[in-house]
Order: sequence, then C-alpha cells, then structure tokens
Amino acid sequence: MNPSKGEGLWLRLVPAVVFIILVVPTACGLLGVFLPAFGYFPALGGSEFTLQHWRLLLEAPGLFRSVILTIWIGLASTVLSLATVVLLFAQFHDTRVFWLVRRTLSPLLSIPHVAIAIGLALVIAPSGLLFRFVAQFLPDLDVPPDLLIVHDRMGLSLIGALVLKEAPFLFLMSLAALPQINPTQSLATARTIGYTPTIAWIKVVLPRLYRQIRLPVLAVLAYSLSVVDAALIVGPTTPPPLGVAVFKWMSEPELRDRFIAAAGAVLVLCITLFGTTLWIGLERLLILLGRRWLELGSRKQGAKAISIAAYAVGILLLTFILLSAGAILLWAFAGNWPYPNVAPDFLTAATWNTNSRQFLWPLFNALIIGGAASLLALAFTVSLLERDVHRRTNTQDWMRNLLYVPLIVPQIAFLPGMQILLIALHLDSNIYSVIAAHLVFVLPYVYLSLSDPWAHFDDRYRQTAMAMGATPRRALFRVRLPMLLAALLTAAAVGFAVSVGQYLPTLLVGAGRVPTVTTEAVALASGGDRRLVAVLAMLQSLLPLGAFLVAVFVPLIVFRNRRGVRTT
Amino acid sequence: MHRLVPCIIAFILQLSPAVSQETSPRLGDWADVLARARGQTVYWNAWAGEQAINRYIAWAAQEVSKRYGIKVEHVKLSDTSEAVAKIITEKAAGRDKGGSVDLIWINGPNFASLKDKGLLFGPWVDKLPNYRFADVIGKPVITRDFTLPTEGFESPWDIAQLVFYYDRSRTPAPPRTTEALLQYAKTHPGRITYPDVQNFLGATFLKQVLIELVEDRSVLQEPPLDADFARLTAPLWAFLDELHPVAWRSGKAFPANSAELRQLLADREIDIAFSFNPSEASLAIARGELPASVSSYVLDGGTIANANFLAIPYNASSKEGAMVVADFLLSPQAQARKQDPSVWGGLTVLSLSKLSSDDRRLFETPNTATVVRPVTEAESALPEPHARWMTRIIQAWLQRYASK
Repeated sequence: MNPSKGEGLWLRLVPAVVFIILVVPTACGLLGVFLPAFGYFPALGGSEFTLQHWRLLLEAPGLFRSVILTIWIGLASTVLSLATVVLLFAQFHDTRVFWLVRRTLSPLLSIPHVAIAIGLALVIAPSGLLFRFVAQFLPDLDVPPDLLIVHDRMGLSLIGALVLKEAPFLFLMSLAALPQINPTQSLATARTIGYTPTIAWIKVVLPRLYRQIRLPVLAVLAYSLSVVDAALIVGPTTPPPLGVAVFKWMSEPELRDRFIAAAGAVLVLCITLFGTTLWIGLERLLILLGRRWLELGSRKQGAKAISIAAYAVGILLLTFILLSAGAILLWAFAGNWPYPNVAPDFLTAATWNTNSRQFLWPLFNALIIGGAASLLALAFTVSLLERDVHRRTNTQDWMRNLLYVPLIVPQIAFLPGMQILLIALHLDSNIYSVIAAHLVFVLPYVYLSLSDPWAHFDDRYRQTAMAMGATPRRALFRVRLPMLLAALLTAAAVGFAVSVGQYLPTLLVGAGRVPTVTTEAVALASGGDRRLVAVLAMLQSLLPLGAFLVAVFVPLIVFRNRRGVRTT
Repeated sequence: MHRLVPCIIAFILQLSPAVSQETSPRLGDWADVLARARGQTVYWNAWAGEQAINRYIAWAAQEVSKRYGIKVEHVKLSDTSEAVAKIITEKAAGRDKGGSVDLIWINGPNFASLKDKGLLFGPWVDKLPNYRFADVIGKPVITRDFTLPTEGFESPWDIAQLVFYYDRSRTPAPPRTTEALLQYAKTHPGRITYPDVQNFLGATFLKQVLIELVEDRSVLQEPPLDADFARLTAPLWAFLDELHPVAWRSGKAFPANSAELRQLLADREIDIAFSFNPSEASLAIARGELPASVSSYVLDGGTIANANFLAIPYNASSKEGAMVVADFLLSPQAQARKQDPSVWGGLTVLSLSKLSSDDRRLFETPNTATVVRPVTEAESALPEPHARWMTRIIQAWLQRYASK
C-alpha cells in the first residue's frame, strides 16, 4: 500500500527506529555473550574458540543444583501466578468482590519486585512480623525460631515473592484482554444450559482468554527463570539460582570467571528456551486433558473445590500484600524495635533525616530516568500507532511479537554483552545511556498499554476533524490525543513503574555511577540497616504509585466539565 | 543488516585499542598535583555496607571539596570485586584512559589481582606529603597487604581487626577461642554462625580458624602449595563439619555480611557476632540497633588484623584528584576523626610520635561512649595469610558445602 500523502519522514522511519531500539541491543548483547562463552575474547586473552569454559562452568560447585533450582522456581512461580489468576477470575468474575480485587491489585502492579521481596522478607523471616505475632501467644518463642525461611534452599520464599508480583500482572493483562473475546455472551449461553458460573468461566472463557495472555505468561516464565534482583534478596544462596550465579561470576576479580559468566549466560538462555518448550508441552497436555473434561459436560463438578481455593488464594494474596506494605511502613519509621515486640517502641523520622543524602540523589535519578524513558516510549508508541491510522494498516501483530523480544530474552543473558559494547563506545556510566537502556524494557509495556484504547477510539472523531479541514497532525494533537489523555497518562505511568523497577540495566549500564532507589535497595537489602532498606523500598513503591495517582486524577481535573469524555 | 553484523562484531571485539600514552601526573611536584586536581571529579569506589563509614566518606568529600576544589562521588559497592570487575571490563573494552573508577578502597586478593595484571597506577604513595606520618615501622601491616608488598601502589588509610561482640545479659560467658566457639555451638545449637564465605568477613572467620588450628603458622605467609593444601586445611574442614550441624540454620544458610550478622544478634537469633570494625558494637548501640548490654572482645591469642588501602586504577580519569583525596585521608585531622568511636572507630595508620603535639591531641577524644575494650594492636593482631589462601579456601569451601 502506498504511504498516504503528507506522511512525514518521521512516521515513515519510526518502525525502523523502534526495531533498532528493541532488537539491536538485544542482538549485540547476545553476540557479546556468545563469543566469550566459546572462548573468543581477544582483550581477555581468548583468541581461539574453545569449550574449556563450558567445562569449568559444568564443574562449578553446585551448578547442577542451580540449574534444577532455576527451572523449579521458574515453572512453580509461573504455574502458581497463572493458577491464582484463573481461580480469582473463575470465582469472582462479575461480582462486587471482583471489583474490590481489581482495585487492590492494580496499585500492586506498580510496586517493584525488589520492594515486594523486601516487604515479604520483613514478614516471613523468623524474626519477622508473623513470628512476632505468634510469639505473643507462645512464650517459648522469646527468641526467633531457628528456621531457614528467607533464602531457603528450595526457593519457596522467592517463589512467593514472584507470585505476589506476577499474579497481579497477569490479572491486569487478563482484564485488558477480556473485552476482545466478549465473554458475557458465551457465559450467558453456558449458564442457560446449566453450567455454574465458575465452571462456565473455566470451560468457555479461559481457553480463549489464555490465547490472548499467552505472551505475557511466557514473559513471566522467562523473567522467573532468570530473576536476579528479587533472588538476591530472598532467593537461595548455596547455591543460588543460575541468574544470580552468573551475576556473581561477572563481578569476580578473576578474568577466567568472565568466560564462565558468559557461558553461564548462554546456559540461562538455553534454560529459558528449555523452560518455554516445557511450558508449551504442558499447554498441549492440558489442552488434551481439558478437552476430555470439557466433553464430559459436567455442569457443577469441581465448582466447590475451586471456590474454596479461590477464597484461600485471594485471602492469602491480600494478607501478604497488606502485611508486607505494613512491615515496610513500620520499619521505615521504627525506633528501637526488638524481637518479639509486634510494634516499635516508638516511631521516628530519624532514618529519613540522618540518611537523606543516601536516598535523595538515587530518588532524583529514578525520577529523571523513569520520566524520560516513559515519555520517549510514549512518543514512539503514539508515532507507531498514528502511522497505522495513516496507512489504514495494522502492524500491531508483528509489532506485538517484536515487543516481546526484550521481555522474553533474559536480561542477564544479554546485558553483560551490551555492557562491554557500551564501554567500548564510551557510552556507559552516564544517565542518557541508562535512559536508553530502560527504553528497551519500557517501550513494550507502554505500547501494550496504549494500543487497545487507541484501537477502540472512535475514528469518526478524526474523520469529522479532517472534514472540517484539519490536517492529520492537527487531528492527532487537537482531537485524538486530548481525548485519550487518560489512556496516555496510564501508559506513561506503566512505563514509569517498569523503569523504576529496573535493576540490572541500571547497574550494568550505569556502572554504579547512576544509582537509583532500586540499585540502592538491592545493595543494602542483604543485611544493610533494615530501617534504611525499608525507607528505600517505600520510596521505590511510592514513585510508581504517585505516577498512577497522576494518571487517575489529572484527567478527572482536566475533564471536570466534560462529562462525555472517558476519564478512566 | 548483513553489513551491520561485522560492524557489531568489530565494535564488541575490536579490542586492540590505539593506546595513547596518557600524560601521567608529574609526581615530584605536589603543588602541581594540587593545581591539576582542582576542578576534577573523583569517583571513589568504596564498599558501602556500613552507614557510619558512608557518613565519614561524605564528610571527607565535603572537606576535600572545600579545601582543594575537588568533587568526590562515592560510588557505593556491595562488594569491592564489583569495581575490580569494572576495571577489568574497561581493559577488555580497550578503554585505557578515561576510566570510570578513580579511587578504589581495596585490599587482599582484589589488590593482588589488579597489581598482577598491571591495572594499577603507580607507584605514587611516597609522594603524598602526609605519608611521612604513616607508621611503617610500628605497623608493618600497612606496607604488606596480605603479605604482598604494596610497593607504593596503594595508600593505607585504616587498620581493621576482627572483634567479637555479644549481649552480656544473655550470654554471661562468651567463648574466647574458636575452639570454645565450637563447644558453645554444641551446647547451644543454632546460636552461632558466620557470614557467607564470599563476603570478606566470612572468609576472615575461616582464616581465623585456620590460623588457630594450623601447626606452623608461618606456612600461611607463603602461597599455598597444591601438595600441602588438603593436609594443612584438613583441621579447618573437620572444624566446620562439626560446627555446621549445630550452627544457625544448621549451616544451610549464612548471613550475607557483617550488617546482617549484627541484625541477627539484635533479633536474638544468634549469641555471638563479630566485625572487622572494632567500634561496630558501640556505633550500633548509639544508633539504637543493639541494646546497651552488648560488649566487645578480642579472642585469646589474638585475631586477624589488616590494613585497608586506596589504589588508583591505571586508566583513572582523575589521578591527581584521587591522590589528593588519599593524601587528605592520611592527614592527622582525617585520621583522628576516623578513629573517633562515635564517628567510625577505625584505627589510625599514623605514628602518633611523628605528629606535632597539636595534631596528637586530636586523637585524644575521651573514649566514654564505647563499651569496646580498647584494642592495642601489638597485643593481639595476627597477620593476614597470603592472599592465595583466601581464594583457595573460598573455592574449597564452595566445593565442599555449596553443592550439597
């Protein structure tokens, strides 16, 4: 199709630019990891290809257990997150509880992994909130029990932290996907032929919904298979999951370990591929079993168990979220707070006052990086979508798949290579490169968040504007964008939240010189002053929360006398 | 795209950079160094796990800015090897000047590794005006870093010693040797632990045990020989095999660092903690993190002591500025403030007898706040083993315990 007349150079170029932003860093990073993995890295004295580093990797202490752990943590947290979402939807769709759950989970999406891991640790540790409560009734517990809970060797607390974060993510992704499959009609049909609402949802809606959220599920799987930040805080340590092991090799002073790290990064990639394949196999199996279950046609069987499980899951999720948030809040303002007291002796702002130098600069950095990355991402997204409007084409499908590249390729597998590239080009350790690196991960979320409201915008507004003589540019800036203000701000807030949560890109690209609240929180989380860690976790959560508040309230204020404009 | 790929490979792997010889500071003329340093920004990479030290670094940064017009940025590390890795990565990427690390707080294997690879600038230390006050005779630890001669490639700024602490009200009779520590753990299962061996404090604990158990301590001053390593370390592994089943979390997990160890004592999860900072306990008491009933002590027969140093990478961008910062940290004023137990409590590297009486008075801060038994090094300081022992022991520990 010919580009329509008047399409600016920018709109013609934008897909290529986005392609470069999304794919080139990933590809270069992978190359910069693959070659050293097989021994080729002249500056470090590796001038020929060899498998020696793989041998060293495989001989590394605890490697086998690391690999098994990684796969276990990845699969378990993805299964649990997905199961949680399915249960909540099946039991509570179209109910008032659902509305409540929706309201409580949405803000949770904005809390970064790191803050969740910190909060959870403050709750479940043997000296944490839970045991302090129990100790009030069991005098024997005047010292914390000698239990390995945080950093447990099975990775259970890490799985817990991942589920607390990923279940809300999948929940919101499902919410966004639901309208596309028009569930109300099919649900009504199923119920008229006798299915209970719960069973009807699972049998009629879920199979179609799953197809819509499959990529987000795979992104969750890939993330859990290669997680570093949350794993550093609550994950197993001897041995750690593979992502953490690679991260540690990268920061070893021995040069040889760089090659092992590279081989390890490639192994992470292989495990991600293997895990994804395994997942697809599981999908097939489930389809097979599910089809038989569907064909049996039972109307009620299992509904009771599902609703019990749904209530249990919902209550557990909510309890841990509230406790974690409460623990962070209390520790951030705690004075002396010895075990087994359930509350601090007194509250004080001392931690904030004495350490302001420690968190103001990182806070400022996070704000600037998140703001710049999300606004840039918004500009690219709007350009891409406007281009579709111009050409009356739909590039959404291939674009959507492309967008998942940086989300599915594990960060730890390509960032080390990207880091070396940036250093060679003298582009590391400044805030602009960090913003660019964040853009790679922010852009996909902003695009995914904005493309649906954009597509649902009634095109007749634009046509009316054009009929009245407006140029396409004027129609965009004066009609479509103002009317989509709420969606634009929400997309920007999502992007901001994603940026604030980034740990590895900030650390590796910024070379430690561009600290944010996230890098500081991780650096201090393992044993730093608990109060300061709580302060950082709180700031880390408040930043995205603030962005979402802006996204909710600004449209309300701007459109206070425009009743017809959608403000949510 | 086809033409792009070779370019990318070239970018990543074009690693024979055109090395331009950077103008090294003319070391003889300190006034010249000061003049060049003015206006520079020094990225000081320093372990940041201790708030008291971070605040001291912030104070030093302010002073240096006021006096010499140098901006100091504290790049906070959770492990010094991060900065070492950064320098190595820059070397790999061919950045032989304009590096991102100007000054690095360093000692032990990290120093050995950088020096061995020729990645340090120097020698420069004896050019520092304040180095003349350093106690090179009385404190040999400041010229030999884990037995390796520093040869002017790093400037001493602190002396640390392994110090144990406990809560008098809960543990009336703390163990006074590592052997007694093991017996204590057996009678009090789950109440003793040590930090992860990949943390320097954890590794130091292993070395402390090794020193106490090895027959002839002088072998530790030489690099370990493959033939002897297993035999010489056998008592250490026997000790740990006995300790782990009765240790905190049954020896299946270890606190990450000194701060977490301290937190465990504060939470009453363990009975004995230790630190490389002699004032750790009193600082924590002052902050309200530990109860006032906590006391410190050094093991009978002494504990490991070592010096902390500052080094400048070969590709540092602000070498002059880094030297001025290192010189300031050697000044009597900076050293006295550091030794103040209410600030940090780090032992000075200076010889008080070399100072003027005015400067000497700076060190006479009344020591009322501290509950730490004042440590005089001569009495109890044990020298660090050769750096290779540390790396070998960590490796062997991981082989034995991390893969189970």
